[in-house]
Amino acid sequence: MNFWRIFFVGGLIAYRGLFNWIRPSMYIPTMLGSPLFQLIFFTKLGQFARAQSADFYIVGNSVQVAAMASIYGMAMAIANERSFGTLGPLLASPANRAAVFLGRGLPVLANGLFVSTFTFLAGALFLGFRPELATLPALAAVVVVTTASCTSFGMMLGSIGLRAKDYMFAANLTYFLMLLFCGVNIPIAVLPGWMSAISRCLPLTHGIAAARQVANGATLGDVSGLVWTELGIGPVYAVGAFVLFRVLERESRRSAVLDAY
Amino acid sequence: MSSQLLRIARLFRAGFVINGKMLATSTFFMLIAVVQPVIFATIAFYMFRSGGRAGTLLYASLGAGMMGVWSTTLFASGGMIQWQRWQGTLELGVASPVSLPLIYLPFCVANSFTGAYALGATLLWGRLLFGVPLQLAHPWAFVLALPTVVISLSLLGLLLASTFVLYRNANAMSNLLEYPVWIASGLVFSTSILPGWSHPFSWVLPPYWGILALRHAAFGGNAWTPIGMALLLGGVSVVLATFTLRWFEHLARARATLALT
Repeated sequence: MNFWRIFFVGGLIAYRGLFNWIRPSMYIPTMLGSPLFQLIFFTKLGQFARAQSADFYIVGNSVQVAAMASIYGMAMAIANERSFGTLGPLLASPANRAAVFLGRGLPVLANGLFVSTFTFLAGALFLGFRPELATLPALAAVVVVTTASCTSFGMMLGSIGLRAKDYMFAANLTYFLMLLFCGVNIPIAVLPGWMSAISRCLPLTHGIAAARQVANGATLGDVSGLVWTELGIGPVYAVGAFVLFRVLERESRRSAVLDAY
Repeated sequence: MSSQLLRIARLFRAGFVINGKMLATSTFFMLIAVVQPVIFATIAFYMFRSGGRAGTLLYASLGAGMMGVWSTTLFASGGMIQWQRWQGTLELGVASPVSLPLIYLPFCVANSFTGAYALGATLLWGRLLFGVPLQLAHPWAFVLALPTVVISLSLLGLLLASTFVLYRNANAMSNLLEYPVWIASGLVFSTSILPGWSHPFSWVLPPYWGILALRHAAFGGNAWTPIGMALLLGGVSVVLATFTLRWFEHLARARATLALT
């Protein structure tokens, strides 16, 4: 019972306190405005380059913008404990670390889904995205899986942020690299071998590929391989992030650098 | 008169050097001015390469470089007064006998000058990785266009600095305005693919004329009109910024809110 209370209530309170962009004056321009214009920018660039259809960019970017919520949100929800000076009291508490750590992912996941849905709707409204209505449940399922794996990846960055001086640099860099590596705007087949090898280990890549096929009429069964791979990537990063969190916690205690910059 | 000019020149040099040093040690601005443009240039290269539009790699290099100049100007100049406030140096600037625009102009020039790294980075990146030749139709016009672009964006930066200060979350405005100006200025695609109603917005943006000047100098065409327009809009920006900075100073003194965030 205590585990779930920390997981749900603690996660929500921590998210509200630590996610810097939660106020409307910050949230609307950053979490809604920026994804909207990112979508328009890459769709227009694709149109000018005569590379792919508009739907290719709409689906790719609408799924990828969930990473904005997942990467930045998760990084802030963990690493800001250190920036705000609350890491010491948190780690001195007897609370279950898994509940503390994983509970923060749930609001991040919900936010990622909201941002992604908003961007899909913007694609429909401004850029003529018209998937079959019957494909929407499958598309939603793929987006949920992809956002969850992105959130796990964000946890990894958050854990690193417990020790690294400038975690926002890592978050910004990761977000931009995802645009390049994850097949958001470039088909993976066009990338050199080493880049496509990296892209297959990242969240988003398989989810975006599955979402594109589903938007074109494929069923969940048709893309089950891609969805299962995306589903498998999430826990790998989540476990890696949690192990890193515990290791860094132990190291910080041992070398007395918990809040040191 | 000459001693007055000498004092202004000394002031300009001091502001330029100190802000240039601060930006050079900021990982965030190095990311914005060097890493981000290179990533966007790579995305644009692959999109153009996979598309049907030939001979556009230098076009992409120049555009991605200009994206970096704009981003650096936007984030550095847009948030400049807010940062001065956080650092506790705003009062010193306002209390000094020199007028505010004269104090902050060299800061803005340093911001855009740092942004110009982006152009060097993307041209070098394109040459080394993608073999993009830097063959310029009008080399002298290009050499003149480059500082013109930097100066006109600096002057626009002063206007951003003086208006964003009225908005509590200047960084949110910066996040919001990055993509729209890339789009409206047609930095990596022609504005002819945008709807007609958006064209007047493009015409009042110095980056629109700046990229036209660079493109015409590189590929052939009349570079002088865009260079003149960029300078004209820069001049308009500095006149507006002088008024808005005076207004900001008056309000801040009258309400005693200068140091309040």
